[in-house]
Amino acid sequence: MAGRHIAPDTPELRARWGGWTFTDANREKADWHIKKYPEGRQKSAVMPLLDLAQRQVGEETDTQGWLPLPVIEYVADYLDMPVIRVLEVATFYMMYNLVPVGKFHVQVCGTTPCMLRGSDAIIEACKARGMRFGEVSADGLWTLTEVECMGNCATAPMVQINDGNYEDLTPERLNAVLDALATGEQPKEGTQEPGRHTSEPAGGPTTLKEMVDANHDYRSAW
Amino acid sequence: MPKVTVDGQEVVVPDGATVLQACELAGKEIPRFCYHERLSIAGNCRMCLVEVKPGPPKPQASCALPATEGQEIRTDTPMVKTAREGVMEFLLINHPLDCPICDQGGECDLQDQAMAYGRGGTRYHENKRAVTSKNMGPLIKTIMTRCIHCTRCVRFSEEIAGVDEIGALYRGEDMQITTYLEQAAKHELSANVIDLCPVGALTSGPYAYESRPWELKKTLGIDVSDAVGANIRIDSRGREVLRVLPRINDDVNEEWISDKARYQVDGLTRRRLDRVFIRRSGKLAEASWDEAFKAIAKAHKSSGPGASIAAIAGDMVDCETMFAAKALLKASGSSLMESRQTGMDYDVSNLAAVNFNSTFAGIEEAQAILIIGSHVRWEAPLVNVRLRKAVKRGAKVFVVGPEWDTTYKAEFLGTDLSVLNKLPASVTDAFKAAEKSAVILGAAGFAAGAHEAALGVAGKLKAEFNALHTAAARMGALMLGFAQKGGIADIVAAKPKVVLALGADEVDWSAFGDSLKVYSGHHGDKGAHAADIVLPASAYTEKAGTYVSTEGRVQMADKAIFAPGDAREDWTILRALADALGVNVGFDSFGELRAAMVAEVPALGDEGMIADYGALPAAPKGVKAAGEIAAYPIKDFYLTNPIARASTVMQQCSAELLHGDALKEAAE
Repeated sequence: MAGRHIAPDTPELRARWGGWTFTDANREKADWHIKKYPEGRQKSAVMPLLDLAQRQVGEETDTQGWLPLPVIEYVADYLDMPVIRVLEVATFYMMYNLVPVGKFHVQVCGTTPCMLRGSDAIIEACKARGMRFGEVSADGLWTLTEVECMGNCATAPMVQINDGNYEDLTPERLNAVLDALATGEQPKEGTQEPGRHTSEPAGGPTTLKEMVDANHDYRSAW
Repeated sequence: MPKVTVDGQEVVVPDGATVLQACELAGKEIPRFCYHERLSIAGNCRMCLVEVKPGPPKPQASCALPATEGQEIRTDTPMVKTAREGVMEFLLINHPLDCPICDQGGECDLQDQAMAYGRGGTRYHENKRAVTSKNMGPLIKTIMTRCIHCTRCVRFSEEIAGVDEIGALYRGEDMQITTYLEQAAKHELSANVIDLCPVGALTSGPYAYESRPWELKKTLGIDVSDAVGANIRIDSRGREVLRVLPRINDDVNEEWISDKARYQVDGLTRRRLDRVFIRRSGKLAEASWDEAFKAIAKAHKSSGPGASIAAIAGDMVDCETMFAAKALLKASGSSLMESRQTGMDYDVSNLAAVNFNSTFAGIEEAQAILIIGSHVRWEAPLVNVRLRKAVKRGAKVFVVGPEWDTTYKAEFLGTDLSVLNKLPASVTDAFKAAEKSAVILGAAGFAAGAHEAALGVAGKLKAEFNALHTAAARMGALMLGFAQKGGIADIVAAKPKVVLALGADEVDWSAFGDSLKVYSGHHGDKGAHAADIVLPASAYTEKAGTYVSTEGRVQMADKAIFAPGDAREDWTILRALADALGVNVGFDSFGELRAAMVAEVPALGDEGMIADYGALPAAPKGVKAAGEIAAYPIKDFYLTNPIARASTVMQQCSAELLHGDALKEAAE
């Protein structure tokens, strides 16, 4: 959170991103989002449009994407709303990147459950690979961010890399995921614990054990 | 009409009232920061906590809770006090303890409420938050570390001003109030956020570190920078006006004033006429009052009686000054009086036809509004606020004239006045559907000679007719008869020996080549440049006076300070001149003058009331509108009168806010 800031408004930024527009495919998607809302309430579509814009910027720069000011202004113009209102939204949500990021945006959850399960070691592992908070690594691949709870506490610790979650991490498992990503492979998303499918209790069920194989009436036990 | 109990006292509140309003009706004071009567409800400061039954067993934010039948509200329990103290402690966690160097000190909501709910010391040992201050233009000084995020300024700019320029970026502890890319707030009402700010985050730039509120003498005044007659409080120390603040008057200015009304006052100490001057061989030279009066008397006597003396009233003079001049002229046997300096000659035989008949509060209820030749945002920013409210209630607005940024949805019908002869169906339909509708004729409309045509259109559309003047003195002048049938041209044709210019700066003086031009005013502006004799007089803060706003409301202002140097109150100059001319005007004191004025025009004695001008004249038949409104008379909002032109703050505003982009381009 802290240190989040808008990329400065420089002539270079204007030169690079001035005149940016949606691609035809994205314009179609944007209009589809706008049509979800009643006439005159097109402003409601600001969040999906900002996301579309960020993804398009990502494709153009081969990164996760971010929101340069001219792009934010374009979205404001597209929705006919004051640019400060769009900027409020873009700065409010962590999912919108306000500065350039790498190809893989490694968002480590550092909230209490993940921290108790070893997120500090995960962060150390990331740093050991040369990542620094809020910076793009020299090879342009990595950006490290610490984020608040991502809702995967049952499979803590976890990281979110672009659109995928990687859970039940240890430094070794994380390194395996990152190595795979770096070589262009797509590692398995979700839990990295062998034998675990999703977020079911590790080591088998701890409650409602009778229910595993067949339906069981617990009412007599109440 | 729900009935609720507040601390055991039963009150009946209007439908839709909140618990906070119910408490206020019961006479209970509820502390608050984010809640403001004229803004939408945010409910984010949590200071207004009360206990409400039925409801959850915890304190409730009263500003956002609707009052319902049978509620039991308690504002005096230990739980309420503890809860508010808790909120206050949280607010003060990140608020700097810099009251001794803060300009809000002494009039700070946070300071006041901390007296009631604050702890003696802090329990917070972490680092305090610090926020960089933001640029918001030449008028608003920001110290954003003090901000408590009430978002009043954000809501004001969005809801009242209609220009979304201030916003809250980031979230939680990192939240920051700023304009987009720290651009200056470019709005005529922008400085009202300074009054709205409950802490010292947004303070007055020009008034920074000038004074403490308790050092100031507070005088009730009337603003003269436009014809709205905004109620102001003039804060002065010694012989200087330090600032101007709005007073609440729901019928006139609600609680806003324009930036010009607020910040032109530094012009009161610059370019002042504080001595008598007489033009000798082309140059103005210092002289004594006696010499000046003798010179005027000599010029006056050189002709026979009758049309030997004329008076032209400026845009900011009070009724008393004009009446004194009228009495002087009458005693000298002349009736050459005019106030429409730029030569307009519309018919004033029925003052209802040149008045804002809907009233400012009433225009909010209009459902269809046709504006003819008025840049309302610059001519009367506070009326534009009312129009914006009307549009929010569903009114349709049409404008004849060059396009300007209205801050609300409006349809521009082009600049050609002949559109009035055959209005498009969209306009006539809107007016037909409207229960209450209005036609507003502005300065450019008057200048283009569209007065009769506008009256005709108003009659045809069955709409109320409204004249929006730009001069604070205009309605008072017209009530006192400061108008010739042919306007200024009649006075030029009469070739008077002496022309008294009462603060008249917009007149084309070259037409008065043979007359002795006596300028009695307060600023060395266009009028003084052309004058043969300059008599130093008082500005609006330096004399008591009566002003009539464009809606015909008679309002009186008090004297805040003394005029500088040799300058005198205007009426005393005219009284002394009467002696020099050897005539009797019939009053020797201000009280006698005012009594004589009210005796002649009784409506001028009804302070705060709207003068009754009777019914509108029958709409003239068969008047065809013709011509074009090429431009609006106000070219620069910040420099419309001599005081504003002398003010460095207004000059800076003009340069930065209106011509800033041009300057930047020139620099590049």
